[in-house]
Amino acid sequence: MRGITKRFPGVLANDGVNFEAAAGEVHALLGENGAGKTTLMNVLTGLYRPDEGEIEIQGEPVDFQSPRDALDAGIGMVHQHFRLVETLTVAENMTLGWHTPRFWLGVRAGRRQVRDVSGALRMPIDPEARVWQLSVGEQQRVEIVKAVFRGSRVLILDEPTAVLTPQEVEQLFETLRLMAREGHAVIVITHKLHEVMAVADRITVLRGGKAVATVSVSEVTLRSLAGLMVGREIAEARRVEPQHSPGELVLQVANLTATGDRGGFAVRDVSFGIRAGEIVGVAGVAGNGQRELAETIYGIRRAATGIVRVDGKRLRRGDPRAAIAAGVAHVPEDRLGTGLAPSLSIASNVSLKTYRFPPISRGPLLLVRRMRERALALIRRYDVKAPGPDVPVRNLSGGNLQKLVLGREFDGEPRLLVAAQPTRGLDVGAIETVHTYLREAAAAGVAVLLFSEDLDEIRALADRIVVMYEGALVGELDPASASVEDIGLLMAGGRPR
Amino acid sequence: MRFERRLDQPRWLAVAVPMGSIAVGFALMAVVLLATGHAPGPTYRRLLDSAFFGDGALSATLVSCTPLVFTGLAAAAAFRMRLYNIGGEGQFYWGAIAGVGIALYLGDRGVDSTPAYIAATAVAGAAAGAAWAAIPGLLRAFAHTNEIITSLMLNYVAGLVLTYLIIDSRSYWRDLESFEGQTFPLGKMIPEEAKWPSASLDAFGGIVLPLGFGIAVALAVVMWVVYARTRFGFELQVIGDSPRSARFAGMRLRRKIVAVMCLSGAVAGLGGASFEADFAYQLDPTGLQTSFYGYMGIVVAALARYNPLAVVPVGFLLGGLVNAGFTLQGADFPSGLVGVMQGLILFCALAGEVLLRYRLRMGRTAPRAVDPQAEAAA
Repeated sequence: MRGITKRFPGVLANDGVNFEAAAGEVHALLGENGAGKTTLMNVLTGLYRPDEGEIEIQGEPVDFQSPRDALDAGIGMVHQHFRLVETLTVAENMTLGWHTPRFWLGVRAGRRQVRDVSGALRMPIDPEARVWQLSVGEQQRVEIVKAVFRGSRVLILDEPTAVLTPQEVEQLFETLRLMAREGHAVIVITHKLHEVMAVADRITVLRGGKAVATVSVSEVTLRSLAGLMVGREIAEARRVEPQHSPGELVLQVANLTATGDRGGFAVRDVSFGIRAGEIVGVAGVAGNGQRELAETIYGIRRAATGIVRVDGKRLRRGDPRAAIAAGVAHVPEDRLGTGLAPSLSIASNVSLKTYRFPPISRGPLLLVRRMRERALALIRRYDVKAPGPDVPVRNLSGGNLQKLVLGREFDGEPRLLVAAQPTRGLDVGAIETVHTYLREAAAAGVAVLLFSEDLDEIRALADRIVVMYEGALVGELDPASASVEDIGLLMAGGRPR
Repeated sequence: MRFERRLDQPRWLAVAVPMGSIAVGFALMAVVLLATGHAPGPTYRRLLDSAFFGDGALSATLVSCTPLVFTGLAAAAAFRMRLYNIGGEGQFYWGAIAGVGIALYLGDRGVDSTPAYIAATAVAGAAAGAAWAAIPGLLRAFAHTNEIITSLMLNYVAGLVLTYLIIDSRSYWRDLESFEGQTFPLGKMIPEEAKWPSASLDAFGGIVLPLGFGIAVALAVVMWVVYARTRFGFELQVIGDSPRSARFAGMRLRRKIVAVMCLSGAVAGLGGASFEADFAYQLDPTGLQTSFYGYMGIVVAALARYNPLAVVPVGFLLGGLVNAGFTLQGADFPSGLVGVMQGLILFCALAGEVLLRYRLRMGRTAPRAVDPQAEAAA
């Protein structure tokens, strides 16, 4: 890819980016949020058309009109959210929508080919299994095999480790190295530095829409890479022992049970408590009820049974207004869908929870000028990159959205902060900021409940770690003594040694 | 050729596109007129004269426009929250029934104060419209039924009630005493004092401004203020944009759904009451059911992009078109052709919306040449 430029209104997402990936290598595309990684790969997969620049595949210039063209040229992508039909079998998913020259591909032939491909990649998959029966890690393997099965020579993986346990991550890296050895070009989009160091051969770093460097992994260290990525040196997330002792009990959860979106219990008989100034980290593989637990405590999901108390006062079930009144702040996992109104302005979103009270409103009247002033102050204090308070929030990048939500929730001076995946999708610099905020909140006496899939983050921040598996709390660990392996074992449903 | 979504909408487009679309509508209609043996030029001149420029044209247009502004505001009120109240038609009927009913009742009790009549008819009309709209509102809020279907179906029920009151029964609303009333089913006339007054302006050769029009314009301003400057309006915006985020923020969705449906119904009902007290003075089931003020209001709201302030001028333009239709039709110009013309123009106006939201791309556009600077950097 040469000189790729892609503009969006008000944003230069890619600015003359040169990028190349060779057969036989694992190439990491590293960058902060909003650096233009996803845009660049969307150009390569035919989803966007570049405003300037050209793409060559094996020396041939190509001009993709649609994702189909890119697929035909041998470019496959494994998205962060899998594109699989859950009720079909693995083999059916592979053959779905795929034209072979013979027009008709029998499912039996498909089965055989799935076995061949997965065998060659040393990723055993049962072609007869239905997708919903598979774990997230297995589903990801299906996606990879699917891409190879469809003749991809270039395989792009978008944040592939976000949903995996540490053990599964190791397996995935094994596979990627094998694929590279067999002559594929593997591109991994990520912002996790230690993964880059573990798996990549070469690294291209994007910053502010420009490719700032392409380096071989042997030439760099974790620190210099982080420096390249954010343009300055970054301190590693290190454990800071709390200077204060926890205060009185703020949150009490007793026998809490809640149903999931697809029926069945997503939260099973959960009981725990958090004291003022304490950070409790909830570890778990994605989809084990963490989101539902956070939602139930905040009241946006109605508890089936059980009690939530804040400062001893029982919260009304399924009523976020009661939670807000009791001083519960919530950073939801799905920021844009749950925490923000996408088409409304930054000013409106900053006052989303406080519009009811003075000084934002006086009686029934809304004081629009105060809303703007507050938004301006928040933009400045939390360093949100935005043209102004009147811009619709959907025009902001992921990191800035998160800063906005965090800023709003911290500003309410909460008693309890329920933060669900607060650093997911953020770059190193923003993660650092979020960690600082969380520590500051705890130091100010806020009880913090932190949900995260990043074990390093939990280990660095939490005073206590609880592990969630299939909706239940399966263990409590002391972060000072627990190893990643101990936590990983609990996350996978096993018992610690 | 393909459509691409516009990422931003330039301000001038919001004006240019509707204007251009209406021009296209007139051009298409010219073809139809030529095919049916009418000269487009003189036809359009007559149309403009009878809508806006002729003697008394503006007054007549205001008569057609007043109910449209009410129903347009009613539709805009609900659509702002992405609540699709298609029931403006039925709510308008109920406003008319209640307005006429209270005026007749007060007349029988010997009331002769016009302000009392104005207050009574307005309140009764609004209340009846709100009550009728509350049905789909409550169903939507508590039983998750689709308000489009329920409010639409209730229009037919309201229409049948109208017909029943005047044609199929000897109800309080029916005139059973006068000679005409005994030969043909008619509604009772409301008392002289119950008719809403109007103001005369000397400008443009004399315009009669009905009270209802004044109320409608004031209502548009009030609604704009409510939407843009109150907590209630803010909640509607958030709920309309993202119900999930609204719940997150602690807003009470069910209450708001019912409240907004009632508000929308009240405005439509007030329109029905104003229609009776300003112009019709008696319940006329056929006339009400063939004017489609409620449905036209949805078009008005859509063209005004749900902005209450824009509803007034859009309602005025459409009112002119409706009014001109009455003048145009005659022996040489069948009413069907009038319908075709109104339909074509409205169709083009609404179709133009697509161009506001999407950009039309012709052919396969090749990417531009590589920037020499970027080349040098490589």
